[in-house]
Amino acid sequence: MAQKKIISPGLKKNIRRNFLERLIELSLMLSGLAAVLITFGIVYILVTESLPFFDAVSLKEFLTSTVWTPLFERKNYGILPLVSGTITITGIALLVAIPLGTITAVYLSEFATHKVREIVKPILELLVGVPTVVFGYFALLLVTPLLQKIYPDLPTFNMLGPGIVMGIMIVPYIASVAEDAMRAVPMAMREGSYAMGATRFQTAVTVVMPAALSGIIAAYILAVSRGIGETMIVAIAAGQQPNFTFNPVESAATITAYIVSVALGDLEHGGIGYQSIFAAGMVLFLMTLSLNILGQWTRKKFTERY
Amino acid sequence: MASTIKPAKDLNAVRALIKKHKKNDRLFSVIGIFVIAALAIALLVLFLDLVIDGYPKMNLEFFSNFPSRKAEGAGILSAWVGSALVLTVTFFVAVPMGVAAGIYLEEYAKKGWFSDLIEINVANLAGVPSIIYGLLALGLFVYEFGLGTSILTAGLTLSLLMLPIVIVSTREAIRAIPVHIREAAYAVGATKWQVTLHHVLQYAMGGVLTGIIIGMARAIGETAPVITIGALTFIAFLPPAPVSEVMPFINFNWLDAGFTVLPIQMFNWISRPEHAFHINAAATGAVIIILTLLMNGLAIRLRYSIRKKIKW
Amino acid sequence: MGKQNEIIKAESKNFDFHYADGTHALKNINLPLYEKKITALIGPSGCGKSTFLRSFNRMHDLYPGNKYDGEIILHPDNTNILHTKVDPIEVRMRISMVFQKPNPFPKSIYENVAYGLRVRGENNKRLLDEKVEEALKGASLWNEVKDRLQDLAYNLSGGQQQRLCIARALATDPEIMLFDEPTSALDPIATVNIEELMSELKKKLTILIVTHNMQQAARISDYTAYMYLGEMIEFDETDTIFTKPSKRETEDYITGKFG
Repeated sequence: MAQKKIISPGLKKNIRRNFLERLIELSLMLSGLAAVLITFGIVYILVTESLPFFDAVSLKEFLTSTVWTPLFERKNYGILPLVSGTITITGIALLVAIPLGTITAVYLSEFATHKVREIVKPILELLVGVPTVVFGYFALLLVTPLLQKIYPDLPTFNMLGPGIVMGIMIVPYIASVAEDAMRAVPMAMREGSYAMGATRFQTAVTVVMPAALSGIIAAYILAVSRGIGETMIVAIAAGQQPNFTFNPVESAATITAYIVSVALGDLEHGGIGYQSIFAAGMVLFLMTLSLNILGQWTRKKFTERY
Repeated sequence: MASTIKPAKDLNAVRALIKKHKKNDRLFSVIGIFVIAALAIALLVLFLDLVIDGYPKMNLEFFSNFPSRKAEGAGILSAWVGSALVLTVTFFVAVPMGVAAGIYLEEYAKKGWFSDLIEINVANLAGVPSIIYGLLALGLFVYEFGLGTSILTAGLTLSLLMLPIVIVSTREAIRAIPVHIREAAYAVGATKWQVTLHHVLQYAMGGVLTGIIIGMARAIGETAPVITIGALTFIAFLPPAPVSEVMPFINFNWLDAGFTVLPIQMFNWISRPEHAFHINAAATGAVIIILTLLMNGLAIRLRYSIRKKIKW
Repeated sequence: MGKQNEIIKAESKNFDFHYADGTHALKNINLPLYEKKITALIGPSGCGKSTFLRSFNRMHDLYPGNKYDGEIILHPDNTNILHTKVDPIEVRMRISMVFQKPNPFPKSIYENVAYGLRVRGENNKRLLDEKVEEALKGASLWNEVKDRLQDLAYNLSGGQQQRLCIARALATDPEIMLFDEPTSALDPIATVNIEELMSELKKKLTILIVTHNMQQAARISDYTAYMYLGEMIEFDETDTIFTKPSKRETEDYITGKFG
């Protein structure tokens, strides 16, 4: 009789064990699916909640009118003032962050000794961890008063102060992504340059930076996206009054600041004010999403090369 | 015999040229150090500014008083209790889901459109502005699900933000574990889940923990999404206690309660015109920043020690 | 042996090298490089031949903690190029290097060749054009690329890329050229091209080459040094090394008994 001999009782439980394994895999997969569901949830909510808004407001008015007063007696629904505020503040932030971030990245990647890098990188990471509401405090109660000493006509709420602070906030993002990109440039390429008698600076600027260009550009793009989506700094220090201007010494609201100002008031579910923040959110989402996709695409193109 | 290959150029000219070029090296070094020092100083000023401004309020009463119309007697009791409860919800939602998703993507998912889809989504979610999560929560949790502006809603909202951070750090930690460790476990007859639970997850624990701490530190300071779901800025009561003296000892009524959190309390005080409230704001800010710096510092330490300790 | 009739372009004297981790990679190396000759360094992997070659243009200075002892003297000016007071950049401007794997910059063919001159502050378009053409001709690449000088260097084949790197090293009129296993990443035809090129180059300059391929050393070099475990075992004319080496270890390696 060639009956199978059972060596260990553990071997008998195959069916149950396989079932359990499948069950576990399924539940793990569902968690992974959550990420997809969140994205769909965002799109679903933004679309369904802002659809009634676009029933009441023509797309033409939304995109071309330069007045945004959904909560006033005389209602106007032009997103441009919010966009102009967003662009101006982000622009100021980039003027600060791009040079500082790039210099930091080049220094850390090409000049700093191992020891310096080990000290500086944690500091940058700590800077990333500072909550934006704290940066907002900094902008309103420290930077703007300082700027007023130089330029006394500067109003309490203005775009310059928060723009500068936002720039400081963004520096570590640019520095770390750009540094990663430069460090990924193969050492052989640097050796090739040094072997020709190039100095550090020459190697950094004429060989390493061009080689890492798409990675560095990705860092800039992601920084733009970060600036556009930043909320608390601007809500606190730039004012919440929509203002169609690109003048940094005026006060203006951004898309994010508008959402905050509406959310702080009494929100009537289904009212035009409620719908308007979803319409504004939609614009914000589309802007950041396209920038993020562009940024990731550029970054991926870069990593594929090395 | 003398060499017939002469130096290409006059050596002195070469030296002069190098000297000129090296000036750029030195100049850039100085600029680089200057910029980095300026950033470090900005961080320091930011920190000291809060601590010095808020110093008069730094006492026990500040933590045990409710907010008040009068700045002097106002405290952050409801805010820190609210933050603690909201973060508890966030922790219990985001950590299991995030770790599970990370494990799925690294250990289980086969390369294909499905894992690509999840991957693209995780990458994009990390870049979505936090206020958009607030809008999602407002439409979905507050109204569609009818959860209202509650601790549960806020906790869920922040867990959406934390999820990508946990997923990414879990994946990175798992990816660092070499295949031969897994093979060794399979070789003695372990199932996939046993390998994952007993080995992969154990060895990845440090990295996973780092991600959890960073995610929690971020959740503490997040303001915009919590404002968007309509969190109140003035709360002078505490939610029902989660632990009671009678059976069943634990209740979940607090999940439905209205609340405020530390950053919203700070935001509220910044927005007041009176200087006295700004002192309260600074003190609250100091509490928040100390918490987040401690947590981030811990996470950074943890990561460095893992990197040093483990050599496969 | 015709050694006495040769001119010495450079020589290492009692040269020791330590890596940052403390590894004693080279021990008391004494070796002359004869002018307008090709000297080949052979030996099993890990014997220190690349380490030695890279010392000639101070590549080790790029990584902190490495330490040179002894001297490498460059003639005719008797400069000890390892001396701490000698700027590694100055050394590299006189001694250029071609690497194991082609490492062109992510720039056009033209800019790759012109790089060394630009680094030297040369921006005169006419002079650059002239030098680039000369160098590309010298590296036998001119005919293949003259119509597409503005193309990205990555579009070239591996062998062409390596010749581009030779042109890049050549454009600055170096006194010595170092080749670190220049053909190990190339196919046989590209290898032959490069070998012929080197024989052409030695009319103008001095060459030091590391090779893992003994036949290559035998084909192209005038002198050969056999290294083992960081030591110079034997140095002589190539013919002598390959036909009647004086040391037992060299013979074992040459005949394939070991290595």
